[in-house]
Amino acid sequence: MRKYVPKDNVQAKSYYTDRFWVAPRVPREKVEDPHFKAVTKTIGKLAKESYVEIGQLVLHIDATDNFAVMKALKEKCGYTQCSEQSAVDYLAKDNEFELFWQLLNVTEAKRVRVVCRLANGAAIESIEPLFKSANFAEREMFDMFGIKVNNHPFLKRILMPDDWEGHPLLKTYPLHGDEFAAWYEVDKIFGKEYRDIIGPENRDPAKVDRHDTKRFSRVGYEVPFGADISEGETETEIEYSETLLVNYNKKESKQLDERR
Amino acid sequence: MQVANKLSPFFENLNFERDDNTMVINFGPQHPSAHGQLRLVLELDGEQVVKAYPDIGYLHRGIEKMAENMTYNEFLPTTDRLDYMAATSNNYAYALAVEKLIGVEAPRRAQVIRTILLELNRVIGHLFFVATHALDVGAMSVFLYAFREREFAMDLMEDYCGARLTHSAVRIGGVPLDLPKNWLENAAAFCDKVDYEVEHTYGALLNENRIWKMRLEDVGVISAEDALSWGCTGIMLRGSGVKWDIRKEEPYELYPELDFDIPTSDRCDSYGRFMLYMEEMKQSTRIIRQLIPMYKETEPQLMAHAPQYISAPKEEIMTQNYALMQHFVLVTQGMRPPKGEVYVPTESSKGELGFYIKSEGEPYAYRLKCRAPSFFHTGLLQELLVGTYIADVVTIIGTTNIVFGEVDR
Repeated sequence: MRKYVPKDNVQAKSYYTDRFWVAPRVPREKVEDPHFKAVTKTIGKLAKESYVEIGQLVLHIDATDNFAVMKALKEKCGYTQCSEQSAVDYLAKDNEFELFWQLLNVTEAKRVRVVCRLANGAAIESIEPLFKSANFAEREMFDMFGIKVNNHPFLKRILMPDDWEGHPLLKTYPLHGDEFAAWYEVDKIFGKEYRDIIGPENRDPAKVDRHDTKRFSRVGYEVPFGADISEGETETEIEYSETLLVNYNKKESKQLDERR
Repeated sequence: MQVANKLSPFFENLNFERDDNTMVINFGPQHPSAHGQLRLVLELDGEQVVKAYPDIGYLHRGIEKMAENMTYNEFLPTTDRLDYMAATSNNYAYALAVEKLIGVEAPRRAQVIRTILLELNRVIGHLFFVATHALDVGAMSVFLYAFREREFAMDLMEDYCGARLTHSAVRIGGVPLDLPKNWLENAAAFCDKVDYEVEHTYGALLNENRIWKMRLEDVGVISAEDALSWGCTGIMLRGSGVKWDIRKEEPYELYPELDFDIPTSDRCDSYGRFMLYMEEMKQSTRIIRQLIPMYKETEPQLMAHAPQYISAPKEEIMTQNYALMQHFVLVTQGMRPPKGEVYVPTESSKGELGFYIKSEGEPYAYRLKCRAPSFFHTGLLQELLVGTYIADVVTIIGTTNIVFGEVDR
């Protein structure tokens, strides 16, 4: 029987897992730092859950509150930089994305991570009016996950070509690309109808054919250009120059023991 | 649009729009001053830039996707390909993120070696910046001098790990090798050399050079608020007067024990940033000099002892059955960190290089996000270039010190 491969997550998986092994969790500590306490107080009920994980405050919020929370963090708590934002794909498990924003307070040297869950197909409000760094970060998130961002000034693919199909960081997207990715150059340069003419074996322009004597040199086994060697190669005698090291004098040449 | 004939040839990168008298030109992606694969679409009014649109993605290799399909140790050599000018800082940032996740600290000797390598890589990255920035602006000879010293630094890296660009010189939990014989002496000699050259060669050639100052002063001015808002870090932020260095503010490795200064500049322009690069090289050599005596006081252990996550030293694997079993499991299956998420920032030579790792307790990271400083510095270009003249465009790209391995990832 063929091995069952789940379609909703085609990423690499460990081939062996102990059935009785339960993964431990990084401890989530209570908020005790005075600065973080003040932050959670300012955010108030907008934060559904707040804890400290590995030295950074984590705030779980609703997806609709993200702009209000960021605004409060920026204007009342001094978080003037949005270092990073992106998403995590939980479509297979919960049909949701997990979005995170990593904020930095330069004067207090503290970091806060704001986390929210966003339903598949829903859009998130852009925080570009608050943090300009979100301009590129949100574009990358849209490119990689297909998450739409409302009120973004220029929501366009950033790393992939504009006419690309699919979003590469989704768990449903295979590491080696899908069919569209495989035929992207052929479709674009020649047209879709050329897929059959070119064929999958010639699709890759970097493919090396050992019988091709027109495009590949065969060091040590040289044959005339265009010769047919599919039946077997003829042995070609090659004469190499032997004058290369004739004048090598070990006494006069010197070897450096140390770097100058 | 253009009509190509023999009298008016077709310029594929030019688009003349007669009605508003602006011209759209395409800068890159194969421009020698584009520092890699930056395509910049510039709308020009005369010689002034009206609109700039940085188009990236020409070097996109899907490194974050690869991280989801590789075990934690497998992925480490891939991080070399982010900021390929100073590869050890990427290795280190990634290793530190995983170490924070699994709660392991590297032994003292590994910390000393790592800190030396990090600072050496900072010098390599800064030398590369000075060289290429000067070349972009037009000072050819500085390029040759700076690359000479960079070669010496890369020789040191080669002596340590055997590679010149893609080092992989850091492992999760420590370093793979001890320093070879005479390495510290060579490093000390290199520090003297760099200090001398920064002062007497690049400094003498550039610092008070009239043309250099005319090209750099008041070019690429960015205010502190804008720098923070655009996500600028590292020298881009310190050049705008914000005293923020992760080595000092959120210290990692041996930096709390070391004595060094964080230079800042209130000039907010390219010249101020250039002076910061020069000063930081001196600070890096100062750090390396302090670390050299610290190395001799350390125990020879190189990798942390955490059998659940990190293989034992080779002699133990070869002699003890249990260490061999652990090693076999770790190599064939990979380590399984606890569930949780971590974001660890480090100060690379370009700025804040951070790794966000989301672990679901599997040997593969559920999500890995690389926070690359150059990515955000590239985003800044769309505002910084507007209103400048075409001659300053290359200066401004140079001053951001972007490297496309980490912009596109």
